[in-house]
Amino acid sequence: MMKILVAVKRVVDYAVKIRVKADKSAVETSNVKMSMNPFCEIALEEALRIREAGAASEVVAVSIGPAQCTETLRTALAMGADRAVHVDAGAAPVYPLSVAKILRAIVEEEKPGLLILGKQAIDDDCNQTGQMVAGLLRWPQGTFASKVVLDKEKQVATVEREVDGGLETISIDLPAVITTDLRLNQPRYATLPNIMKAKSKTIKKISPADLKVELRSDIEVVQVTEPPQRKAGAIVSSVDELIHRLKDEARVL
Amino acid sequence: MAGIPLFQHRLFSSGIDTKRNTSFSTLNSDDILYFKDILDHKNVVQDEDRLVAANVDWMRKYKGSSQLLLLPKNSEDVAKILKYCNSRCLAVVPQGGNTGLVGGSVPVYDEVIINLSAMDKIVSLDKVNGILICEAGCILENLNSYVENEGFVMPLDLGAKGSCQIGGNVATNAGGLHFIRYGSLHANILGLEVILADGTTLDMLTTLRKDNTGYDLKHLFIGSEGTLGIITKVALLTPCKPSSRSIAFLACNDYICCQKLLAEAKQSLGEAISAFEFMDYHSVEMVLAYTEGVRNPLPASPYNFYVLIETTTSDELYDRTKLEAFLLHAMEMGLVSDGVIAQDLNQASSFWRIREGIPEGLLKAGAVYKYDLSLPIQVLYAIVEEMRARLGNTAKVVGYGHLGDGNLHLNISTTHYDDKILSEIEPFVYEWTAKVRGSISAEHGLGLMKADKIHYSKSAETVQVMTSIKKLFDPKGIMNPYKLLPHRLFQD
Ligand SMILES: Cc1cc2nc3c(=O)[nH]c(=O)nc-3n(C[C@H](O)[C@H](O)[C@H](O)COP(=O)(O)OP(=O)(O)OC[C@H]3O[C@@H](n4cnc5c(N)ncnc54)[C@H](O)[C@@H]3O)c2cc1C
Repeated sequence: MMKILVAVKRVVDYAVKIRVKADKSAVETSNVKMSMNPFCEIALEEALRIREAGAASEVVAVSIGPAQCTETLRTALAMGADRAVHVDAGAAPVYPLSVAKILRAIVEEEKPGLLILGKQAIDDDCNQTGQMVAGLLRWPQGTFASKVVLDKEKQVATVEREVDGGLETISIDLPAVITTDLRLNQPRYATLPNIMKAKSKTIKKISPADLKVELRSDIEVVQVTEPPQRKAGAIVSSVDELIHRLKDEARVL
Repeated sequence: MAGIPLFQHRLFSSGIDTKRNTSFSTLNSDDILYFKDILDHKNVVQDEDRLVAANVDWMRKYKGSSQLLLLPKNSEDVAKILKYCNSRCLAVVPQGGNTGLVGGSVPVYDEVIINLSAMDKIVSLDKVNGILICEAGCILENLNSYVENEGFVMPLDLGAKGSCQIGGNVATNAGGLHFIRYGSLHANILGLEVILADGTTLDMLTTLRKDNTGYDLKHLFIGSEGTLGIITKVALLTPCKPSSRSIAFLACNDYICCQKLLAEAKQSLGEAISAFEFMDYHSVEMVLAYTEGVRNPLPASPYNFYVLIETTTSDELYDRTKLEAFLLHAMEMGLVSDGVIAQDLNQASSFWRIREGIPEGLLKAGAVYKYDLSLPIQVLYAIVEEMRARLGNTAKVVGYGHLGDGNLHLNISTTHYDDKILSEIEPFVYEWTAKVRGSISAEHGLGLMKADKIHYSKSAETVQVMTSIKKLFDPKGIMNPYKLLPHRLFQD
């Protein structure tokens, strides 16, 4: 039966208030709570559900980044992934094309029937990796998935996609790449029994060089700035004052 | 507030003498003119709608008929207001965020409402010692965001944080969710500025950790529920913000397991524990039924009890590893039947939302009789079971609370307020509590609800001394009358 590979990224926690470094080179990440990218959580959940439905035999989580990615992989294992691969890329940022090349190399080794990724990571909002890796692999892709149905016999996936005007339903042959949207599912929590089981699961550590991928920064970040600050609101004490200020200050009446 | 039944009927616990004290004057037009003279016109509120909101408490259970709401902007305003009210013998009720749960923050009759919400300035933060000085009307959550930005946290946290004010917290000596870690406000308040009934300012706003010069009067105002004076400024200790926070939501089969889990947690996690909350099945059912967007973290099967444990330390990996190891051990011992550990902040807050959503769930479910008891931990849940047996199917009895502090919130939910049900609950609940030497108010205070019940927890001699203190600070009795102490003690 087929294997599913899921890519999970370690990012600044969704609920953390983002701060930009003083030199505007990047977002501050030291001493900041890091967690699994929410879209990756959804990707993993979908893979687990497919396995639980009997359409896959194994779910493998892979994370690319610094040493601390093993914490994110521990979470993936505690949620139910069978094993994990950590591609230790050091502390420098790894951009989508490099990530896609690494994933291609792992796919060639693991030979999964499905590669599921989040549609984007909430830190850089690139929304590129899934598409790039599909291109590199020459696999069909179902991006922004809000529903996935597998036909084991025919080896096709029916993917509902959230597009501007509504929903688009496509059918793609396996093996394929799927990227997940917010409404695909609600990820499970890591339960104590599963955390216990995860203790005996392995995280294999490899380097980009092992995969014969050279990390190149094909883009250069020029500057990162914070969005303009919203002006504080004002409390008015009467309807008259409100009308007065809408007229005279805001000039909208 | 959709879904909340409209204001039922005014409810007083049986036995409270509810007659208006005739020695108080009634408001006249000269009084209004005077207040308009000393305050901005917009801070002298006579608007019907705003008065309705200020006259009714959070539970919509107590309703006064005040005709005037004053919003002082600084301590001087408060002093002038009180001096005048005292000279005119006009009764007043100090009001913060009006989230109090014992009917203490709303007038009983026509008392003038003095609401502190316009006094919300932060005065200073000493970043070496973590000492915050601010005005009493600052909202707890705003203070927390402010100090968190500077690397500190407020030493208290409670479900009402978005509305309650630090002055109200001090006036009720609020306990809350992190009491187990940071202790009582008696330990964290360093100084207060208080205005007495006659307008005298008591400047006790020092920031010293140690100061043994005579009687430490500020402690009298912590928990005084607005009956001794108005708190206008607060100096308090804010602990360093822990860099890591781990949260687990656990299921236990019976109350014995909850107790043993607490004992084990204290042993293994020690000072890292920052919350140990428990909820029975019925409390969680209430939240799930009435709160949108909340899901059961352990949906596979129902459990009799749920426990929320939070640990905070300065090292994330250590924190996680330690909590995980402890919980796996607790599971092997059979103390925990199932559980989940939050993997990110979103999950963490969704666990907290369950615990913090219980009061709101109860409010939406209909009428609720609330009891906030301190009890020896061994018998803490027995009262819930006895009450359940006593009331049968006439009411839903739920128990939850700060187990780590021996504080049970016993809540009895019914479709409407009914004197017959009340007579089944009281005085039984108070007598039961007194019998095991518990307290009938662990953290909410006595307010109007339990003013004449104080003797269940305090001796006659103690109450007598309290009455003398009240008379000393407020000879005319204008400060939040009918609350905290039995009214008959002032009717000589
Ligand atoms: C959802 C919810 C959860 C809660 N959880 C907890 C909890 O975990 N722990 C806990 O201890 N309590 C809890 N409470 C009740 C708690 O007592 C109040 O939330 C809070 O401490 C009161 O602050 P407030 O500003 O709303 O005061 P109010 O309700 O306005 O007033 C409370 C009392 O203090 C007096 N007062 C207010 N401000 C002043 C002042 N500046 N000077 C003198 N007197 C004043 C009032 O006269 C009144 O007697 C909860 C309430 C709610 C609604």
